[in-house]
Amino acid sequence: MSDINSPGLRGSGDSGDQSWPEYLTSGEAHGATPADAEPEGRRTPRRVIGTPPPAASRTLLTEEAAARQPATRELPAEPEDPARAKRAERLVAACFLLAMVAGFGFLVAYAIIGVGSIDGAWHSNLVLGTCLGLTFLLLAVGATIWVRHLMPDVEITEQRHLMRSDEKDREAFKQTFTEGADTSQFVKRPLVRRTLLAATVPLAVAPIFLLRDLGPLPGTSLDHTVWRRGLRLLVYGTGRPITAAEFNSPGSIISVGPEGYLDDDDAMAKAAVTLIKFRPGQLQFTPVNHAVPNKVVQNWTVDNIVAYSKICTHVGCPAALYEQTTHHILCPCHQSTFDATEGARVIFGPATRPLPQLPMGVDSQGYLIALGDFQEPVGPSFWERS
Amino acid sequence: MSWITARRRHPAAGYVVVAFVLVLIGVGYAVVTSSGNASASSPAAANAAQIVRGRNLFLATCATCHGQFAQGQQNIAPSLIGVGAAAVDFQVSTGRMPPGEASAENDRKPPRFTTAETHAIAAYIQSLGGGPPIPSAAQVSSAGANLGLGQRLFVANCAACHNFVGAGGALTNGKFAPSLVESTPTQIYEAMLTGPEAMPVFNDLTVTPQEKRDIIAYVTQVRAEPNPGGFSLGRVGPVTEGLVAFLGLLLFMVLAALWITAKHRKAHE
Repeated sequence: MSDINSPGLRGSGDSGDQSWPEYLTSGEAHGATPADAEPEGRRTPRRVIGTPPPAASRTLLTEEAAARQPATRELPAEPEDPARAKRAERLVAACFLLAMVAGFGFLVAYAIIGVGSIDGAWHSNLVLGTCLGLTFLLLAVGATIWVRHLMPDVEITEQRHLMRSDEKDREAFKQTFTEGADTSQFVKRPLVRRTLLAATVPLAVAPIFLLRDLGPLPGTSLDHTVWRRGLRLLVYGTGRPITAAEFNSPGSIISVGPEGYLDDDDAMAKAAVTLIKFRPGQLQFTPVNHAVPNKVVQNWTVDNIVAYSKICTHVGCPAALYEQTTHHILCPCHQSTFDATEGARVIFGPATRPLPQLPMGVDSQGYLIALGDFQEPVGPSFWERS
Repeated sequence: MSWITARRRHPAAGYVVVAFVLVLIGVGYAVVTSSGNASASSPAAANAAQIVRGRNLFLATCATCHGQFAQGQQNIAPSLIGVGAAAVDFQVSTGRMPPGEASAENDRKPPRFTTAETHAIAAYIQSLGGGPPIPSAAQVSSAGANLGLGQRLFVANCAACHNFVGAGGALTNGKFAPSLVESTPTQIYEAMLTGPEAMPVFNDLTVTPQEKRDIIAYVTQVRAEPNPGGFSLGRVGPVTEGLVAFLGLLLFMVLAALWITAKHRKAHE
């Protein structure tokens, strides 16, 4: 209602403006007529008795029109129940005072509670957050009580106005703009204009150059792990090499990693391996020296010990749950289930490929070693995976 | 010496000498090995009376399923020959054996037998075919254990199923990895050694007894760490409380919004 761009400035009181559509001006045209002549329409808001209809009173009248129109209040100045209002006032003031106290509490807490230790930071966060939250909450509660109990409860509707400025304003703006362009010499001095534009070109190109930081491209690094021929399998945690004779209890499982890389988390993220020991006859072998579906490559096992990648082929969680009764390897993230006796084929869950089997052998001292890298990429699928 | 000379021709003299030497060897072996390997000092090195008592208990309670000679029955119960005293002690002391109603997995419940009875049954099973013995108190002691190494080993090999603080977790087809919160150090050791139910085996050569002690120390000592929240979902933190608080605050804000915008009815209307 305080919209200064309101077309009412142009004097809706006098016979209406020609540029206004009828549905917008009709109410205002009638606004000059006595209030009681206006029938209360279905959508007309409730108004306080003794005041003019809102549609008329909300128009900001010109001096002339205002002189003709008696100044009447649209909204009551005082609440209806003074005692109730007084109570509300005290309540609002109490809220605001408490908000102030909580605000000071924030300052005091900031000054007093150090954040040198974890506990200190914890307490500081707690008290600072509580104080600040209380401040805002009490301010909001106070404001709400103020609005609900002190301000009048009158619904107000506003007329819809045209967005377009009138011709005179548009002409004036156009003139100002042209004058500005002329006096700034922007048009007359192409050298300045063009060098300015040239200066902005690198700024426009710069973001494209920042895209380089998304790289470099991974190349073939996703296809390989750090496993290579001759690397011993070390027990993760103790870093001890392991022999087939030690790992001799059927149903055993142990997490291992490549020699020299146990503390390299980037390498271990792809190279982690699970060793599982089976009873003779449990594994479904293929003698062929490359992965065959649903089969364990016999040449890559040692004494019924098989080494599978620990990285799930779904999204790369450590698939490390092993049920020795069912020979199932489970991934805890999305319940992909692999049958360890059948080349870790997928028997349930969202994974689409078996866990790759690590080619494994024995060195001259009897320790388990890798015979080479995995023959297929470990872990989840990626765009260029062949 | 005349005392010996006078009796060395006695008919029982040979037996006495043999018995004396056997006792000497047995005691000497126990003394020599008690610090390192506990197999001799464990209850498995039990006397014949204990084995007889264990056999009677076995016949009265276990033989229905496991067979009169602990040979097992197809599709009903496994053979117990060679499983060792550790497996028996684990199953019976955790109440998993004898089992309750048939289910995918036997859950922990109050044990049916006293410790002495359990050790008697264990001694009987041990006498049938050997196997891992019940670990001694020194073998499962947390004194001087390397907690850091224990945690690394636990997280790499156990946490996938048992959760990173041993709160347990789900497996397939109704099976589950039980919580380790109530497990005694002896039971944890026995479980690693024997691989009960779906659990894999971690023998003493792969995970040495010292490393097992480290793991036990981690599992038992992590229980004392602060655990914020009531229903903490295995030390994930007060997530459930946060959800309740979030929903409660959401409800509060909806009600507040309703209150703020509610039509204020005047008394005279």
